[in-house]
Amino acid sequence: MNYIANPIAITIFLAFVGLVLGMSFFFARKAKSAEGYFAAGGTVHWFVNGIAFAGDYLSAASFLGICGMIAIYGYDGFLYSIGYLAGWIVALFVVAEPMKRLGKYTFADALDSKFNSKGIQLMAAISTLAVSLFYLIPQMVGAGVLVTPLLGLPHWVGVIMVGAIVITIVATAGMTSTTYVQFLKGGLLIIFSTVISVLVLKDGLTTEPRPETFIPQTIEASSVTAATTKEVHGKTFVKVVDNDVANWWIVEGDTLQEAQSKTTTADGDTLYNGAPKADNKFKAVGYLTSLTDEDGNEIKKTGKVNIFEYFSSLNRSEIVRYPKSEIAKFDDAGDHVKVFCPVVTKGSDLLVPGQYFSTKTPIGKLNFISLMLALFCGTASLPHILIRYYTVPSQRDARKSTIVAIASIGFFYILTLFLGFGAMTHGVIDLESGNMSAPLLAKGFGIVLFSIISAIAFATVLGTVSGLIVAASGAVAHDLMDNYFSIKMTDTQKVKAGKISAVVVGILAVGLGIAFKGMNVSFLVGWAFAVAASANLPSIIMLLFWKKTTAKGIAWSIGIGMVSALGIILSSPKMYAQYGLDATTALHSLNNPGIIAIPLSFIVLIVVSLMTQKDKEGLKDI
Amino acid sequence: MLHEPAAKREKDNASEWKAKLGIKLFWLYCIIYMGFVGIAVFAPSVMKTTVLAGTNLAIVYGLVLIIFAIILGLIYNHACTKKENELSKKEEAN
Repeated sequence: MNYIANPIAITIFLAFVGLVLGMSFFFARKAKSAEGYFAAGGTVHWFVNGIAFAGDYLSAASFLGICGMIAIYGYDGFLYSIGYLAGWIVALFVVAEPMKRLGKYTFADALDSKFNSKGIQLMAAISTLAVSLFYLIPQMVGAGVLVTPLLGLPHWVGVIMVGAIVITIVATAGMTSTTYVQFLKGGLLIIFSTVISVLVLKDGLTTEPRPETFIPQTIEASSVTAATTKEVHGKTFVKVVDNDVANWWIVEGDTLQEAQSKTTTADGDTLYNGAPKADNKFKAVGYLTSLTDEDGNEIKKTGKVNIFEYFSSLNRSEIVRYPKSEIAKFDDAGDHVKVFCPVVTKGSDLLVPGQYFSTKTPIGKLNFISLMLALFCGTASLPHILIRYYTVPSQRDARKSTIVAIASIGFFYILTLFLGFGAMTHGVIDLESGNMSAPLLAKGFGIVLFSIISAIAFATVLGTVSGLIVAASGAVAHDLMDNYFSIKMTDTQKVKAGKISAVVVGILAVGLGIAFKGMNVSFLVGWAFAVAASANLPSIIMLLFWKKTTAKGIAWSIGIGMVSALGIILSSPKMYAQYGLDATTALHSLNNPGIIAIPLSFIVLIVVSLMTQKDKEGLKDI
Repeated sequence: MLHEPAAKREKDNASEWKAKLGIKLFWLYCIIYMGFVGIAVFAPSVMKTTVLAGTNLAIVYGLVLIIFAIILGLIYNHACTKKENELSKKEEAN
């Protein structure tokens, strides 16, 4: 799609950035001490912390990734919503209060609270950096994706812009400014997502597409002359030249159905439906072809519906979708062509799992269980989430803020259904970027709402990236420099070390964001969860509930959990596809490492702890 | 060393009681979550069954998992706060 920046979007965006930076400078005076910088002085109100949790947690993967996945694949995207939210149960019932009781600035403090072990300090710091960097990449990529439609700027400018703003936020006021940026963003995201969801329900469902939506023409095959014919995966495509514009059509018996295509010519030019992007021939997709009432009579629209009427009506509809698996790719006289093929799917099939995650084969079942396990165990192991427990005054506040987080995040995840299915049926999906589905749905309701939602989406990236950089800078300045290398520093020097670390991590994040352009946002976040769950959760759980846990057991468990999760990911079929290799030649068939790496990390901890029991003598129980 | 909490550590007489309750509620939720994963993996067609106001089991179960997490959180907080207050009153009386 061709995006043109508009003044309202730019004004709202600049106002938001100005507000965020103003807040950072205002709070800068509170970040003079290490406690102020790394933990906001432990004085944040539980409600503010709870919404800030939501702002921290609802990253680009949630807002852009999940909504985009639901818009294209239906219910399977909602599985991420369910898994991400369920993970908070582990955080609330198992981790929240002990983390608050045992730690100071980082989760390594809690793990190391009774051992003072160099091994734990080193491994926990490396794990924090690894998880934070894994999580940072998709956020930075998401930032680049957003600035193109919002401000009309190239991807790399967006990444540098986010990097510069976030470095300013974190380096001026550390956790305090990060907290309020996350609070603001979390609150606004929930409010405006509610507004869009209400508008979706108010519109209901209709088989009358919007004028901007692509509706393919169908013509008699005999009425045109095909310039070229191609056979791909059992489908036949013909190129038809009309008024010097060449476009591709799909052969269906004696008729041809118009398709949308992207052609990269041998000269390096890119054509959309045979014309330059600026000609706006490449349109948004997604509409209903059939809708019935409760008695099975065909209807054109439902009118305003409630939540249950929305799903039951969707259940009785048929929808035109463009899944990635249906993109035909081939070469035509030196040009590289992608033809986007439509699929008509019953609403009842989109309201159950199965369009993206297949559970028909044993390996499919294993991948599905592995993913749901990693999502369940990952939340309570994410370093940038765990450090939020040190910003509130008491364990009671830690608990209350977790409940506010669960309520607000849970509410948002329910809304992802309306944002995703709304985009699917409103004809707003950009064939090249499913991640833009939620902002483009907002655009369907007016440019002001689109501008606000896009600015919030940008803030979504700012909030999460700020949290990740605080976590990573804590790992470098506090866990490594202060604890592991025992570098003597005054309080002011610790803050300085934290700020320098934040700048370095921020610059690194910018580089990675540019290098990984085009990578799938929610895909990488799923892996970050798996690495966090495998490396960190077994240590946290066993430290709290198994008295025989030793420092060496924890250090080895983190190391093996992290290495095994990363090893499985890097040798997985999906990663082989990313390398440009044949996915079927991958070392194994598992795409999600949780089901192997999490139990392995537990086993390593138990075995090593049993072997090193004499190290425990003289240590107090916690 | 630097491992003391960021804020002053308050005395918590209820921590053991809260941990036990937390684990019980965790397992309760875990069983319901496993039920969802089990149906999705081993009996996916059951997810299409209409269960409430024309809405299928997949949507209803998903919404229940989210709403139940919020309800359990509120119950846990209420029980913990009550226990904390009760134990601190007892301590003050002694």
